[in-house]
Amino acid sequence: MNARITRRALMLTALPGLAHAQGFAGLGTASRGFAEPAPDPTFRFPADHGPHPNFRIEWWYVTANLTGPDGTDYGIQWTLFRSALAPRDGSGWSTPQAWLGHAALTTPDTHRATERLGRGGIGQAGVTVDPFEAWIDDWQMAGPSLTDVRLTAAGEDFAYDLSLRTDMPFVPQGVGGYSVKSAEGQASYYYSQPFYAVEGTLILPTGEIPVTGRAWLDREWSSSPLAETQTGWDWFSLHLSTGEKLMGFRLRDRDGPPFTSATWILPDGTPSPYEDGALTAEPLETSRVADRDVPTRWRLRLPARGLDVEVAAVNPNAWMDLLYAYWEGPVRVSGSHDGMGYLEMTGYE
Amino acid sequence: MIGATLRALLSHWWRRPFQLVTLMVGLATATALWSGVQAINAEARASYDRAATTLAAGARPRLVADGPIPQRTYIALRRAGHDVSPVLEGSAAGLRIIGIDPFTLPPDDLPQDTGAGSIGPDFIGEPGQLLVAPGTEVPDSLPPATEAEGIPPGAAYADIGTAQRVLNRPGELSALIIAGPSSMTAPPIADIAPTLRRTGGTTTTDVSRLTGSFHLNLTAFGFLSFAVGLFIVRGAIGLAFEQRRGVFRTLRALGLPRGTLLALLSAELLILSLVAGAIGIALGYLVATLLIPDVAATLRGLYGAEVAGELTLRPAWWLSGFAIATLGTAIAAAASLWQTARMPLLAPANPRAWSRASAQALWLQAGAAALCLAVAAVAWGIGGLAAGFVLLGGLLLSAALALPLILRIVLRAASRTAQGPRAQWFWADAEQQLPGLSLALMALLLALAANIGVGTMVSSFRLTFTGWLDQRLAAELNLRAETEVQADEILAFLGPRVDAILPIRSTELPLAGAPAQLVGVADHPTYSETWPLIARQPDTWERVNAGDAALINAQLARRNDLWPGAMLEIAGRDMLIAGVYSDYGNPRGEAMVGLERFDTLFPDIPALSFSLRLDPAGIEDLTRDLRDRFDLPESNIMDQASVKRASLAIFERTFTVTGALNVLTLGVAGLAILTSLLTIATMRLPQLAPVWALGFTRRRLAMLDLGRAVMLAALTFVLSLPVGIALAWVLLSVINVEAFGWKLPLRLFPLDWLRLLVLSLLAAALAALVPALRLARTPPSELLKVFAHER
Repeated sequence: MNARITRRALMLTALPGLAHAQGFAGLGTASRGFAEPAPDPTFRFPADHGPHPNFRIEWWYVTANLTGPDGTDYGIQWTLFRSALAPRDGSGWSTPQAWLGHAALTTPDTHRATERLGRGGIGQAGVTVDPFEAWIDDWQMAGPSLTDVRLTAAGEDFAYDLSLRTDMPFVPQGVGGYSVKSAEGQASYYYSQPFYAVEGTLILPTGEIPVTGRAWLDREWSSSPLAETQTGWDWFSLHLSTGEKLMGFRLRDRDGPPFTSATWILPDGTPSPYEDGALTAEPLETSRVADRDVPTRWRLRLPARGLDVEVAAVNPNAWMDLLYAYWEGPVRVSGSHDGMGYLEMTGYE
Repeated sequence: MIGATLRALLSHWWRRPFQLVTLMVGLATATALWSGVQAINAEARASYDRAATTLAAGARPRLVADGPIPQRTYIALRRAGHDVSPVLEGSAAGLRIIGIDPFTLPPDDLPQDTGAGSIGPDFIGEPGQLLVAPGTEVPDSLPPATEAEGIPPGAAYADIGTAQRVLNRPGELSALIIAGPSSMTAPPIADIAPTLRRTGGTTTTDVSRLTGSFHLNLTAFGFLSFAVGLFIVRGAIGLAFEQRRGVFRTLRALGLPRGTLLALLSAELLILSLVAGAIGIALGYLVATLLIPDVAATLRGLYGAEVAGELTLRPAWWLSGFAIATLGTAIAAAASLWQTARMPLLAPANPRAWSRASAQALWLQAGAAALCLAVAAVAWGIGGLAAGFVLLGGLLLSAALALPLILRIVLRAASRTAQGPRAQWFWADAEQQLPGLSLALMALLLALAANIGVGTMVSSFRLTFTGWLDQRLAAELNLRAETEVQADEILAFLGPRVDAILPIRSTELPLAGAPAQLVGVADHPTYSETWPLIARQPDTWERVNAGDAALINAQLARRNDLWPGAMLEIAGRDMLIAGVYSDYGNPRGEAMVGLERFDTLFPDIPALSFSLRLDPAGIEDLTRDLRDRFDLPESNIMDQASVKRASLAIFERTFTVTGALNVLTLGVAGLAILTSLLTIATMRLPQLAPVWALGFTRRRLAMLDLGRAVMLAALTFVLSLPVGIALAWVLLSVINVEAFGWKLPLRLFPLDWLRLLVLSLLAAALAALVPALRLARTPPSELLKVFAHER
């Protein structure tokens, strides 16, 4: 088991890992020369929507819960990871900035996922802020600004073309955007945009499906891997029917209790961060996916907000069978609160 | 009992160390030549496999253009949803630089074994890093190199950015590999990059198929050498068994069961074969090391197949070396073991006259020869490359088997016509010695026949090939422009300076179901007057130039039995075959059509290549001017003389290996004669002593022995001549046709034979020298002992 497989944080090691699969290695765990996140950040937009090449890892991570005309639930994922081989930018083939895209489209019965790799400097992949464009190959998230973008991705047997709009503010995660990832203090800069309204089209081999729904964007950048002993990550982003949002994650630790973190977001965008232990996540049922047992039904509790819900996968088979494999798919929320959301789980081997 | 028996059996070798040496040398040489060839073949095959797993082989389809592909086209295709990966290839400082993008290249396409350790962060960026095969020399002017397993020899992998810098081709790519399926929403490639065309590239099976015949050739020679070596082994083992008949009888009479005796003898042979095998494998490695650079050059020249210039030791290889040594010993010892098994307990202890093989045995052997000849005839009837080699083998073996009988008949005849007792004794003694020498002479016959055959084949080929080059390379200069714009500029510049400019356009396409090339040529006497047609219809060139008909190369014609008058589909259009031309050195099919026809079939293929006709005196100046003015790479301008030189160099190297194996085989045969003479020398004393007693001096006897050896070698040579010519004919008219698709006229080179005759007589004399000297120095007391006591 790779002790450092993480979630969103896929990124924290994923690119080196992927790169390893591609024949790359030698990226130590140390982040020598890279910038490190510091507490009390001040985000400047739109500049901070763009890349931070001095940090080793960064991502633009979109998940959306969508509904078809007949009420069927769908989910899409669109992720662009940046991984720096060295703490600098550069143009042409020499740039140390590598990019990785993951895209998935989940229906109650099927799950399609694909990935793209490339490097910056030559126009194949990158992010610009004004106008905003994040792209790798034919996938893009682009628009006049990050609050009004068109999101596209395609694989061999699926594609989607969605528009994402909001007039809500971006929401800092953790303490003012400084999100702690372990008791030892590993941390990242982290903000979200959980309020996108979505409409657009899903394209499947069987035809096109018009959809509407909600999307959630996470922006995160850092340089540190997780702690050595952290073996995986269960991450939840929930749209509750009250208009509130919950981001919560549980970092599993080989040597001790998991590290949890949560942010409760009011309908007006006001975040309330919760420290380790406030949120509990308890697996209720596992599914056999890709020859392993993955928890696909959970009990989530945040007593401070009176939350006690069950979170169940729309399609338990949402396995991202890519160079770096993990589980990610849409979930339904029931119990003290109702709603929809997304779940990502890594490190189940 | 067993210990004592073993001591008794092995004591034979102590007493006759020379016999042991003979056995070891024979077996080790046979194993060495066989395993040397196997090592070369294994290395080549491994290289093909390696190449097949790297993009160098182009196993995946590619997009190519006539000239470089702009990098922006690559980005446009990626951004449209096509999974393509860029490649830039070129030469720098003698290395083939292969620029790749490790991000978009499918992981399987990275050179095999280049695991995590090989491609690291240093690979990307400046100065970058080259990945080369171990032992590759990389000049300091290039980025630092790291050795990695699985890189084809002569190649260096680099990041695409590094390759662009090293090759000084910023923003250029030479091909795009189609790495995976496109997005379902991607527009067709032709909409984004209309000038790109998709090629299949060569596949590993292509390379294997093309080079297969070459390796079969090598294997056949390895086998021949092995067979020659086995003659020595058979001689030594047979002798050792004969001389120990007394020991066997005594041991059996003392109560040793037959099974135990046979088991101990087999164990003895097994140990000997393993020791000799080990020596042979070491020698084989040496042989392979010496030969492989030439093999590699040949394969590169003939087929473009890259083979490492150095050997890797593979367990399968040395295991097979031991296996072949053991098997060879078993074959050589089978008859002796069989005889020992059937030996009556009270059989006479005297060596059963090794030198008195019955006439019946000779006739039996001649029967076997007839059988081999019959097998050869059947193989000829069947046809095919493997059958061609069976024909070859059958022919050689039957000649070798028939040799003793033929020699005996000749010697009998000579002895009948001989005048005087001395001459009569000479011939009779020669005949008497024949059985002891026949194995060595058979080996000599094989070696001589192979030498004559291969020599005749190579010389015939060389003569035909040079003549063909003159016809084929009629144009003084061949030129290739990098782009169409440059081509136009060059044409404008050339206009007044040359007699004729003949555009040549070509494309790859399947013909008769196999990858082939189509060439469009101009209507000019350069072609119609000199082109080497081997079969034609009337008005060939008129019809080709009119666009009605095509010419095809002999390879395509023979493989598909397409001859003038037949029809061939070319790019969806049925065309008449008006002629067939010889096309040596080209493993693939090729067809030629008139330039106008080519234009209508493939209007998009730009005209970049030209043949130029001009006064030969102006070649040098024009070449220099062209290079200076248009900055053309070395390989883009080729003058007639250097192409010819290069072609002949490739030709010569092709046969270096067979030549070397030939010499080695001849050497082994010489060794066989030496060892045979040495072993029978001691046994001959009873026959020589009376002659000496009658007044012949020892010196005279030695001279006669020397003369006899030379005479026997001469006779063998005479007999090997027709066999060698037959062999050459099989090589030229059967093997070459099957292996390469070309047939060559047989020509005879008597001067070469004379040289070979002198060589073989010298070898025989040299081999006979030591025994003769020994005889001349035999103390009279030894000769007297013959009369004093029974040996």
